[in-house]
Formats: sequence, C-alpha cells, structure tokens
Amino acid sequence: MTFAVILAGGIGSRMGNSETPKQYLMLGKQPIIIHTIEKFFVCPDFEHVIVLTPAAWVAHTENMIKKSLGKTDRISVIEGGSTRNETLMNAIRFIEKNYGLADDTIIVTHDAVRPFVTHRIIEENIAAAKKYGATDTVVPATDTIVESKDGEVIFQIPNRATLFQGQTPQSFNAKKLKELYESLTDEEKEILTDACKIFAMKGEKVYLVEGEVSNMKITYPFDLKVAATMLGGDLTND
Amino acid sequence: MINSIYQLTAPRLIEVTYGEIDLSEGGALVRPSHLSICRADQRYYQGARSKEVLAKKLPMALIHECMAEVVFDTTGTFKSGDRVICIPNTPTEDDDVIAENYRRSSKFRSSGFDGFLQDVVLMAPDRLVKISDDVNPDVAAFTELISVAMHIISRFDKTAHQRRNSVGVWGDGNLGFITAILLANLYPDMKLNIFGRHFDKLAYFTFADETIHVDEIPDDLMIDHCFECVGGAGCEPAINQMIDHINPEGTIALSGVSENNVPINTRMVLEKGLRLFGSSRSGREDFEKTVGFLEGSEQSVHYLETLIGETFDVRTIPDIHKAFDADSTLHLGKTVMHWNK
Repeated sequence: MTFAVILAGGIGSRMGNSETPKQYLMLGKQPIIIHTIEKFFVCPDFEHVIVLTPAAWVAHTENMIKKSLGKTDRISVIEGGSTRNETLMNAIRFIEKNYGLADDTIIVTHDAVRPFVTHRIIEENIAAAKKYGATDTVVPATDTIVESKDGEVIFQIPNRATLFQGQTPQSFNAKKLKELYESLTDEEKEILTDACKIFAMKGEKVYLVEGEVSNMKITYPFDLKVAATMLGGDLTND
Repeated sequence: MINSIYQLTAPRLIEVTYGEIDLSEGGALVRPSHLSICRADQRYYQGARSKEVLAKKLPMALIHECMAEVVFDTTGTFKSGDRVICIPNTPTEDDDVIAENYRRSSKFRSSGFDGFLQDVVLMAPDRLVKISDDVNPDVAAFTELISVAMHIISRFDKTAHQRRNSVGVWGDGNLGFITAILLANLYPDMKLNIFGRHFDKLAYFTFADETIHVDEIPDDLMIDHCFECVGGAGCEPAINQMIDHINPEGTIALSGVSENNVPINTRMVLEKGLRLFGSSRSGREDFEKTVGFLEGSEQSVHYLETLIGETFDVRTIPDIHKAFDADSTLHLGKTVMHWNK
C-alpha cells in the first residue's frame, strides 16, 4: 500500500510577523496546505493521506479539509513530532497501527508548503519508491554552491554539474526507513535531519526524481509574494 | 488545487502559468497522456493567423486532440485509471435543434479557451468518452480528428440520396485519409475514389478502389457523391472539379478550412440540383461512434497507425517545441506527444 504523508509540522517562524503558520496562509482561494493536500488526495494510488501538524492545529486542519473536500475517511490529521524525522516516525506508527507495515508499504512524504507539486512528480515518486526503495525529488543546482567550514573563507567550490537542490516529495519503503532510523544513535538522530540522508549514510541508494523549479517551498514572505504572482492573483495576506 | 498550464503566449513561445482548480465544482479530473498536434494548433504556434486573432486568443494552452487518464471523479461516472477521450467542444446551453458543435455559444478547447497542455484538467463527465485499453494510444490520441470525419459521414448519411454507387474523396492529407478509411469500412459496397495532387500520398490509400491524380481525371468519370477534404487555396479547384464530375442531385460534403472566400460554379450547382453542406468539429455522439469504431475495427486501426509520424516523450517545454517543429515539416501524418511534463 502507498500512503501520502504531508508534513505540516513547522511553526512558520520564518514567515515575518505573521502569527499563522505559513502552511495555513491563503494562496489564491485556498490555504496553502489545502492546495497541497488536494494534489495527493485526488491521486488514486494513495490508500490514505496522513497530514501531520502541530497539536494545536489538528482540529483546525480537520475543519479546513472538511470545508474544502467534504467529509472523507481517506485523510487523517495527526500530531507531528519534535523533529522532521520524529514526525515521519509518527506517520509510520499511524500506518503500522491502522494498516500494518508490509514489506512493500511506501510513504510519499511532502512539505505542506510546496503546493506547486505536479501530478507527474507524485506519480514518478511512487513508481521510483516501489522500484528502488528511496527517492528524492531534485532540480539541478543553478547557483554556484560555495562550501565554507568557518563561514569566513571558501573551503571549496564543488562542481555544479554534480549538484542538485533537494525538494520534496521524498519517498521511502516505510519498513526500511523505520529500521534505519531505529538503528541510529541519539547523536546521529540529532545530525541526520533529512530522511534521504539516513539512507545515503547507511549505504542505501536513493533514486533521483526530476523536480520542477516551480515546486518551490514557501518559507519566507518573499516566497509567498512569488507564489501569489505565479498564480496571477492578489496576495490576500500581504 | 494549483494546476500548471502550458500556454502559447506568443508565436513559438510557450510559458507555464498556474491556475486554481476548485474540486467542489465537481467533475472528473483527468491527466492528459497522449496529445496529437492539429493543423489549427500549428497555425497558432507558427503565428500563421491574423494579428487580431492572435491578440484575441493568446495566451492559450494548445492541443484539442487528447487521450487522458481519469485521476479522480467526484461524480462517480468513471473509475480512477480509466482511459478516456476528451471532447474539446464544450456547450454552454441546451438546444433541441442545433447540434452542440454548431451552437455559437459553445466553447472549443485550444480555440476559445485553454487546450490540454496542462498538468491535469477538470472536465464535465459528459465531455469524456471511455476507450478500451486495447486501442493503440497513439491512434486514440487523434480520435478527435477521426470523430470529425465520422461527423461528416453521419451528416452525409442523413443528407445524401440513396443512390450511392460511387463516392469521391478530394484530398490526400490526414482528413482525406481518415474519411476514406471510414467510408471504406462503413460502406464496403460503394466504389471509393480518391483524388489528390501527390502521387506519394495517394500511394497510401491502398484500401480504396481508385486513386486518381487531380490533373488526370477522365472527362467522363461521374460520381454520385463527393467529400472535400482539401482546405486552403486548393478548395476552389477541388470543389469545382467535384461540381463537374458529380451526378445530378448529388451531395458535396465540405470540410476543408479556407482562410479566404472560395468562388465556385453555382450555375452548375443549380443546374444539377446539388446539395452542398458544411461540417466542422464534432460532438459527443460522434466521439461515441468513433470510439466504437476504433474498438471494433482492428484493421482500420492498423491503417490509422500508418498515419502516426513521430512520437515525442515530452518532459520539458523544449520538448514541446521539438514536437511542433517536427510536425511543421510533416508531409502526411500526425505528431503525437506522450505527455510526461
């Protein structure tokens, strides 16, 4: 079975003066998180869509989903964890409890604040995760990436042709992710904030799915302005 | 949800824009899979329409020949994964007399509003016709064009008198080829003559009884009914040849688009008591008939497969340009895009 896992655990601290977590801000006629959830909800491959939010926002999110999609038992909103990986583990625990964790259970994890994800990206994530066990969605790096160890001088400039910028979805064999995560020490868990990195560190191959530049993450107020402009509408939260 | 729409914003310039789909409106959400390029799309793409028309229509997503897969249907008409043919004509009002494709109020994709170069499209379920997985998807991609030929023949059947010993199709291009295949299949006893100006194209019409170059038509050759599938500047000589070679009270079906007025020999139209009727586009009934035809006539589908020119895996906007460029040089046949953007 394949599950969509929408990560909306961030508190949106980077969204300027706005007190509302960024995923709940309006973009066009809908909150950002609803745009994102709908993309996965309509995809027939998903047995269930699991949305993980801060505890305080669970009921609010449920209400919003009901308002836009009507009553549905294909979406569950649950509380996220203290870190991104703990949030993922909450999702896996939810699947294990309600559906059981099979050898071929796939989770497609996606940032709630990337509403421009396309149907093609989702489909290719599912296909690649089934085939390879782990996928990351990326676009070729366009800026030159500079590495500095002390933040003062350049240590090295890697060859841009081999660099990509990570997006989401990231998709995994859920059982494998759980095993790898549980094998980490507390110290490793602190460092390995990205699930794909856990796979890579443990010598597992992570397949690349081609993303889109438009599959942007709405992190800063500037991003929301760009997203609103892309959609051709007014920025209601400006 | 946010949708990506790939619009022609100026000749040879395609840009992605974004729109919102409101699922609460209801309908079937489909993902285009196989898209075929039509001459009308090519004319927009090349900027071969008047400045006024381009200013009025653009920006607009091109492509109205489309097979898609149902992603999600709020109406319960289709199952997820169903293969469907999308009907580009979109009526906005009911009319018991005038067909949906002739109502002035109807909208048409890639003409009056966005075509199918989109990530997903929300369609009314009556704008979709389910098609079997067994039909070659590259042929299914241009079902719309086949349905136009089906529509012409349906109207011919209602209009033409019953002496149908022979028929002539003028035009050795895609529409002529498709119309001829349908005629051969639907009227196996009728003598099928094809008239064209390209020997190499006429050579493909192996299923027809006769292929005749338009400069070599015997003076005494007479035909009961005619189909004009020429269009453009060739319309005038073609229609006048038909008028010369048709028997009295015959029917001429006009279907080639011409940008200019076409002078024809109306004196002889009157003297012979001819019926001329025009056809354009097609409606749901024609799509249903066409899908039934494709599902039921394997041999005809094989003939139609010979029309498939190049196919393109489209993952980027430059891939769309490659497909249009290749199509622009195509002598005969259809260019099909496998939509993976």
